[in-house]
Amino acid sequence: MTSSFRLPTGGRVDRSTELAFTFNGEALTGHRGDTLASALLANGVHQVATSVRLGRPRGIVAAGAEDPSALVQVEEPFPEPMLTATTVELHDGLVARGLPGQGRLADEPDPARYDAVHAHCDVLVVGAGPAGLTAALTAARAGARVVLVDEQREAGGSLLGAPERLDGAPALDWVAAAVDELTAHRDVRVLQRTTAFGHYDDGFVLALEKRTDHLGAQAPANRARQRVWRIRAGHVVVATGAHERPIVFAGNDRPGIMLAGAARTYLNRYAVLPGSEVVVFTSDDAAYAAAVEIADAGGHVAAVIEARAKAPAHWAEECARRGIEVRTGHVVTGTSGTDRVTRAHVAMLADGVVGPRTGIACDTLLVSGGWNPTVHLYSQARGRLRYDAALGAFVPGEEIDRASVAGSATGEFTLAGALRSGHDAARRALASAGLSTEGLPAEPELPVTDPEPPAQPTRVLWSVPDPDPDAGHGDQRFVDLQRDATVGDILRATGAGMRSVEHVKRYTTIGTAHDQGKTSGVIASGIVAEALGVDVGELGTTTFRPPYTPVAFAALAGRDRGVLHDPVRVTAVHDWHVMHGAEFENVGQWKRPWYYPQDGEDLETAVLRECAAARESVAMMDGSTLGKIDVQGPDAAELLDRLYTNLMSSLKVGSVRYGVMCGLDGMVIDDGTVIRVADDRFLVTTTTGNAAKILDWMEEWVQTEWPELRVHLASVTEQWATIPLVGPRSRDVLAAVAPDLDVSNDAFPFMTWRDTGVAGVPARVCRISFSGELAYEVNVPAWDALAVWEAIFAAGRQWGITPYGTETMHVLRAEKGYPIIGQETDGTVTPQDLGMAWVVSKKKDDFVGKRSFSRPENLRPDRKQLVGLLPVDGDVLLPEGGQVVEVDALSQPPVPMLGHVTSSYRSAALGRTFALALVRSGRERVGQTLYVPLEDELVPVTVTDSVLFDKEGSRRDG
Amino acid sequence: MTAPRTPGADLPDHPDFLWRNPDPKPSYDVVIVGGGGHGLATAYYLAKNHGITNIAVLEKGWLAGGNMARNTTIIRSNYLWDESSGIYEHSLKLWEGLEEDLGYPILFSQRGVLNLAHSLQDVRDSVRRVHANRLNGVDAEWLDPQQVKEVCPIVNISPDVRYPVLGATYQPRAGIAKHDYVAWGFARRANELGVDLIQNCEVQGLDIEGGRVTGVRTSRGTIRAGRVALAAAGHTSVLAEMAGLRLPLQSHPLQALVSELLEPVHPTVVMSNAVHVYVSQAHKGELVMGAGIDGYNGYGQRGAFHIIERQMAAALELFPIFARAHLLRSWAGIVDTTPDASPIVGLTPVENLYLNCGWGTGGFKATPGVGWCFAHTVATGTPHPYNAPFTLERFTTGALVDEHGAAAVAH
Repeated sequence: MTSSFRLPTGGRVDRSTELAFTFNGEALTGHRGDTLASALLANGVHQVATSVRLGRPRGIVAAGAEDPSALVQVEEPFPEPMLTATTVELHDGLVARGLPGQGRLADEPDPARYDAVHAHCDVLVVGAGPAGLTAALTAARAGARVVLVDEQREAGGSLLGAPERLDGAPALDWVAAAVDELTAHRDVRVLQRTTAFGHYDDGFVLALEKRTDHLGAQAPANRARQRVWRIRAGHVVVATGAHERPIVFAGNDRPGIMLAGAARTYLNRYAVLPGSEVVVFTSDDAAYAAAVEIADAGGHVAAVIEARAKAPAHWAEECARRGIEVRTGHVVTGTSGTDRVTRAHVAMLADGVVGPRTGIACDTLLVSGGWNPTVHLYSQARGRLRYDAALGAFVPGEEIDRASVAGSATGEFTLAGALRSGHDAARRALASAGLSTEGLPAEPELPVTDPEPPAQPTRVLWSVPDPDPDAGHGDQRFVDLQRDATVGDILRATGAGMRSVEHVKRYTTIGTAHDQGKTSGVIASGIVAEALGVDVGELGTTTFRPPYTPVAFAALAGRDRGVLHDPVRVTAVHDWHVMHGAEFENVGQWKRPWYYPQDGEDLETAVLRECAAARESVAMMDGSTLGKIDVQGPDAAELLDRLYTNLMSSLKVGSVRYGVMCGLDGMVIDDGTVIRVADDRFLVTTTTGNAAKILDWMEEWVQTEWPELRVHLASVTEQWATIPLVGPRSRDVLAAVAPDLDVSNDAFPFMTWRDTGVAGVPARVCRISFSGELAYEVNVPAWDALAVWEAIFAAGRQWGITPYGTETMHVLRAEKGYPIIGQETDGTVTPQDLGMAWVVSKKKDDFVGKRSFSRPENLRPDRKQLVGLLPVDGDVLLPEGGQVVEVDALSQPPVPMLGHVTSSYRSAALGRTFALALVRSGRERVGQTLYVPLEDELVPVTVTDSVLFDKEGSRRDG
Repeated sequence: MTAPRTPGADLPDHPDFLWRNPDPKPSYDVVIVGGGGHGLATAYYLAKNHGITNIAVLEKGWLAGGNMARNTTIIRSNYLWDESSGIYEHSLKLWEGLEEDLGYPILFSQRGVLNLAHSLQDVRDSVRRVHANRLNGVDAEWLDPQQVKEVCPIVNISPDVRYPVLGATYQPRAGIAKHDYVAWGFARRANELGVDLIQNCEVQGLDIEGGRVTGVRTSRGTIRAGRVALAAAGHTSVLAEMAGLRLPLQSHPLQALVSELLEPVHPTVVMSNAVHVYVSQAHKGELVMGAGIDGYNGYGQRGAFHIIERQMAAALELFPIFARAHLLRSWAGIVDTTPDASPIVGLTPVENLYLNCGWGTGGFKATPGVGWCFAHTVATGTPHPYNAPFTLERFTTGALVDEHGAAAVAH
């Protein structure tokens, strides 16, 4: 069908551009300014899709985001599932098809970019209709910073779809002038094609700007396709208009059945005649304008079916003048037609009883049951709603903080009222945002509207009784077209015992589809209330939730994808590691060298080589990712005494102490070294992954529990680079790069630190060891790290200095039985379990976790304790995470478990494999044989002390 | 002309009758406070297993309108500790017969759950859990990235992403069900067995005489009760306070969301704690997703938007093909969490007053299991072996069941 329903003149489309598009395989054309829906209607195409459960033909019901029916899949320029034809701007080359209820995701990656922008303003106005424009103008004239967002391609709102006049001229002239004035203000931002979709507390609104969708394949690749605006407003004016409410009747889903207001929009905005033979079915005044305008545009209006007993006088006269029959007290009870409506069945409705019906031939049936204010954004922000029985609609109740509602979103449906309401809302917004209204005239300067005819109250009619309920085709009174859910489904729900609209929604699925019930929700509440004999207001609606309209996942992800998904943190020496072939491990956000394979080595071979170098000669690693917290203040020592299990206040300036922190439950949460820089200053180190958490933990105590402590905390993780230098030759290497330092054991003993120059750079060198070897930790400003690293590397070359990564560090420390927090511990392990009772002070009155150590569970002798495991076969590597059992043959589950393998390695120093494990009563079991299930066998292991290498500590001092 | 495709045609019909809406009687043998999944399941098993039918379930809103209506419907039992896998596996076994037992099409689908590992410590923790699960008789496998791809072809296992998938644990018997239908199935059966389901009935006080609970004061009058079972999720602490008990519960919003209906692309359930997203595709075709909790405490069933933005970023890292799927609706439930991330199910210092709360993110999957065990506890006055570890006292004795999992931090 290609007959044109486009009128020769009028509308907001650009007839000079012809856009070619394909729908359901058919090549069609339209104009710039069309939506896919208006272009289809211009081509006489009414059926768009088929329904999800029943496969019934479905068409275009509305002209905006509230459309419940016209679901399409865009295939080109790039597949996008489930859009409504009414919200797709037409562009050249668009290929789309109707959807049977499920969308299709593209197989290939989305090439588009998405981004997000923050905006701040005094007043945010949502909606550029008459109320919104007036609100924005008023606020702007008062000097406020204003953001105006509007979902359409151009401003005007309802004025785009109706031939209204303002100040004696077309209303769109006023719109154009208003937009010009607004854009001329320095502090006003007008965003078209931008839908506010989420309204949160304190004036926070999310809006989605569609920046390139209307350009199709011509969209510049460098421009973000869609942008999320995160708008923080002093006050929000919700001027989102109203959605027309249908009336439900049998066969109300046929293509060609459309909301009357939508028909006006297609006529006036897009210059499309929705049909040739039109019947209008209404219970309020607004639909008459559709009948009159269609007749004036050359359509034939067969009849207006007026559900009320009396037609409004003004409109009755207008209809009579055009020869349009008005049947009062009548309703549409059903329709005929296969892929489009061909006949409306009309009957008298009195006292709930349907009279004999007659048929009226038509290809278009326009429906209006009144209007529902678009209260979604107001309700999302917890604005309460009130049921207005006269309107048959929920309207905003009392205003909430930092938000006002204006225009028809309040239930004020006259143009003059909308303008006034926009102005008033802006004044409230200015006051709320703390801005002066002095610059504004006492009496608002609003455009003059034409007189409106006296209005007759709407008849609230949710649904028309099915005149033929036993016809055997099931209920065809569709409340939710997308879900194929009917009045009958609602009555089944209430009959089943349901009394809440939330239950009915879930039972019938009404309101859960793409449109989220924009046209069906209130009707469903009305039908439920009628069925239960309760007040609609008491019953309420289901909850309005963000987003107002669907938002693409990718738009929400924005730029946080790929390498930008999460910040990559690298050390100052990172590039050197890359150049030397390091493999990296993600530790939190950090990239840490894992091992440095040489000549095609695998992990195991490389680590054995790195370990041997550390034990036999000298090795170095980049430890810069360790968390470092500068603790300063007169009460610094007191704070650390309260947070660490051991005593820190007795630490001397110049010394280093290892410490453990526990949670309130007495379980280890972190460990590290503490050095005392001065009486009132310490430098605390944390594990890499826990750095931020521990700083938060310390801050929480300082800020919420012990505000009296005079102490300040700062992260200095990235200010210092840290280079552990490990092995029997480490002293020689250090001496070579730190000529001013007396490196002898007496002058620089274990667990002390010295400030000195290293490779000419001021450095702080600590004598600590995480391997049991003679070792140092060279700390220098991150800026100088690479130079110092290279100097140490050069100085160590004669001893074969070997860079090593985290895996070797893990093996070296495991050979010594040193736990790694988060690997040996899992939030259920105490210092005592780790064999570190010595780190728990018996002198201190209190510290975090102390109370828990005396709980019965903590005193049990059979707690899980850290031990070593030696597989009886020294070649077998136990799986980390393997469970430890006592039996040498597995019975039926559950099999009692004694604990698990926390770490497992091949050891160069031991010449065999070994593991650390947490085992119930572990220390008592030293010498026992236990088993670890591996694949289908049980591996026998001997329990040992957790220290497997150099138990005497003979290597520490070199 | 071929008939149009109707992807929604095979959804089940509901029964014509679900429940009566009785007024409360003056007295019941058992009053269950909280008409969510747990309260309804408890009522059902009290009636079915213990022959106690003079029961009222009091719900301050609408039945199963709290977390039961808001969760992402994931069912699994692959928890680490013996205590947890005991009760969750008991629950999973009940799930496997529940459709038949309730005579309700609850859309229980054992499509498997993948828990992805993204760091070496994730891998250790995952392998540990797999080994523990197997010895406890819970089906569990460790999959390498290629095997992950075989189970769920749309997961991105490229090593060139910020946090590559290093593998996953897989529980084939895990899956999803339709939350509302489960609740209605329990409610319908309980109603049939004589249980009074009383909605819009808020408990405002507890009558306690001589250390023993004797009734509840409600917005619909005072109701005497032989036993009172509290099952009100995060609001249980508010109720317990009426009995002078202070519970170690914190309530946080946990957001979830759905997309539009999509052609089937996602055959299983994927969870990733490291990048904070979990997702399945429900029967009708919508993607159902959840994220991490909102950090602050509160009972408001809504959350902060940046959580959703972060979740989407994570989701697209794992599933690039979701880029142009659309967010249709977002909401929040309120998770009630305890210090050890395990529930509290059992006795209280007040005689005949029983507690069930603190299920955090595990409540839905536990529904039949906890209903069974809590019913046993209330009926016999003695905890069922499966809930015996989950006492209130453990927070003073230290016998915690810490399911925060390995802390996933490395040196």
